[in-house]
Amino acid sequence: MDIKKYLPYITLAVLVLFPIVVKNDYYTHLMILVLMWVVIGSAWNLIAGYTGQVSFGDAAFFGTGAYTAGLMVTKLGWSPWWGLLFGGFMAVLIAMPFGWICFRLRGAYFALATLALNEIMRHIATIWESLTDGMVGILIMQDFVSKLPYYYIALALAVTTIVVIKIVMGSKWGYYFLSIREDQDAAESLGIDTHHYKMWSLAIAAWLTGVAGALYMNYMGFIDPHVVFSLHDISIMAILVGIVGGVGTHYGPAVGAFVMVAVQELFRTGGFGIVMKLAKASESEFIIDMAQVITKAHVMGFGILVVLSILYLPNGFVGDWDKILRFLRLKRPNNMDNNDIDNIGEAKP
Amino acid sequence: MSLLRIDNVTKSFGGLTAVSNVSFEVEKGEIVGLIGPNGAGKTTLFNVINGFYKPTRGSIIFKNENVSGKKTHKLCKRGMARTFQVVKPLQRLSVLDNVIASAYVRENTHKKAQKVAMEVLEFTNLAGDAHVISKGLPLGKRKRLEIARALATKPDLLLLDESFAGLNPSELNESIEIVRKIKEDGITILIIEHHMKIIMSISDRVVVLSYGEKIAHGTPTEIGTDSTVIEAYLGVAHEGGAHA
Ligand SMILES: Nc1ncnc2c1ncn2[C@@H]1O[C@H](COP(=O)(O)OP(=O)(O)OP(=O)(O)O)[C@@H](O)[C@H]1O
Ligand SMILES: [Mg+2]
Repeated sequence: MDIKKYLPYITLAVLVLFPIVVKNDYYTHLMILVLMWVVIGSAWNLIAGYTGQVSFGDAAFFGTGAYTAGLMVTKLGWSPWWGLLFGGFMAVLIAMPFGWICFRLRGAYFALATLALNEIMRHIATIWESLTDGMVGILIMQDFVSKLPYYYIALALAVTTIVVIKIVMGSKWGYYFLSIREDQDAAESLGIDTHHYKMWSLAIAAWLTGVAGALYMNYMGFIDPHVVFSLHDISIMAILVGIVGGVGTHYGPAVGAFVMVAVQELFRTGGFGIVMKLAKASESEFIIDMAQVITKAHVMGFGILVVLSILYLPNGFVGDWDKILRFLRLKRPNNMDNNDIDNIGEAKP
Repeated sequence: MSLLRIDNVTKSFGGLTAVSNVSFEVEKGEIVGLIGPNGAGKTTLFNVINGFYKPTRGSIIFKNENVSGKKTHKLCKRGMARTFQVVKPLQRLSVLDNVIASAYVRENTHKKAQKVAMEVLEFTNLAGDAHVISKGLPLGKRKRLEIARALATKPDLLLLDESFAGLNPSELNESIEIVRKIKEDGITILIIEHHMKIIMSISDRVVVLSYGEKIAHGTPTEIGTDSTVIEAYLGVAHEGGAHA
């Protein structure tokens, strides 16, 4: 399909024009979040989807990046934008010793270690009050009133992320990451220093996630340990973005980011207020109560979504695109259904 | 000097001694067969040789260097490659990508790695399957893919762990031919095999393990008439009837 080839460029053009055409702060805000999640989700996909080292602790890197940006202002009096540079760097500084020790662990044990890292970082940010102001958090003045600059910076970061990962995955490193994911023993015996390359994959992922954190500090103007080191709002969300879009697919995280931010917003606002309005219209106490529960239970909604997507779309929206089309009867069944997964490493002679 | 020297190697797992005080040498250019009943410790010895396990006692000398306990990927770079008895293809990658991944050990650019990979696939009669996802390959071809991947690392020593098991007669001939060609290219081979006829016909020398110990060592003719071997190995194989 030719359209598939041009889709990324068409999408990019739409994204560039979006805030100018739509001229709506609320939607622009949501799109900034989507673009930020494209960065985080793609980074998670690199280490978990492509390299097979599932991380439950992306918030450790995100929060480190955010705090780096914030502290540049409160401690050094610099512009928080330096955080885009140093935030990534600091996240790598955290990731390297962690990876050096914990990459000896395999599978679920590594995932648990990332979870621990997440919690350790959150506690450090909470307890080390002389540096971080603890639970009070960090409040800075945003540089721009308009959302447009943030939008375009986020867009630039998202595009850079996708391009960088594309280049990496097309190189020797990409082959090595995939080999490690597929079979670590085989990879070792093929001459791949698995420990070393896992560290590289983690370093790139941590860098990108840290930069996203720094962007968040700049854009939101306020962070505290519970927001940026949140296990469920950041670490789990990163996993959801990866899974829903399609683990180990190039554009999966981008699609996942869009879907997940939309879903999050849908739940958070109770179907943009529609659920509450309908409930109130019914004038029944019980229904209003139920509606309130539903709108507050967005975390549960998340959980249900994950279960459904693992059951019916194990390869995510991108990986199972053909399946979705068939379900919607837009495409006749075909047997050559070697889904999109991994055609990144595919070489054409 | 021999290419590989196994020097009084013992490997125990807790109380179980899988390899017990085994010594032998592999000279450059020869094919050495490693045989023995199931559970004799053959695969374990391979795992010690290629660095997955550190020997409990003894040492592995490869190219005049004591490599005991050296990392597997380092040994691969030094020129040692292996195949796995239980095949380990990079499942979701194409056959070609599997081989490219290993060719990268010696080649720096994608173009060169791909060229080496295609040559190796031609050599192992897998070129026609280059773009098949390796998960979907039949066992016979997966066994050959193991060999192809190992060859793409340009080894001096190739460790083959039951590359012929589970093949049908025509695949068997194909693989035997490939092993012969590998030898002609000057690559030294240490091969584990249960098919007695094959091992006797392709090996220059044969080492026999039983319960972790080396019980015999010699030319195929010597081994074929050795009474200890017939008792320990052939006897078991015939009674078990599992391998002919
Ligand atoms: N990682 C391990 N931990 C504990 N015991 C092991 C381990 N690996 C192998 N063994 C044991 O060591 C012994 C030798 O096993 P090994 O796989 O080396 O035999 P083998 O000669 O390759 O047999 P086969 O012909 O069936 O492949 C067996 O008793 C096996 O159960
Ligand atoms: Mg074995």
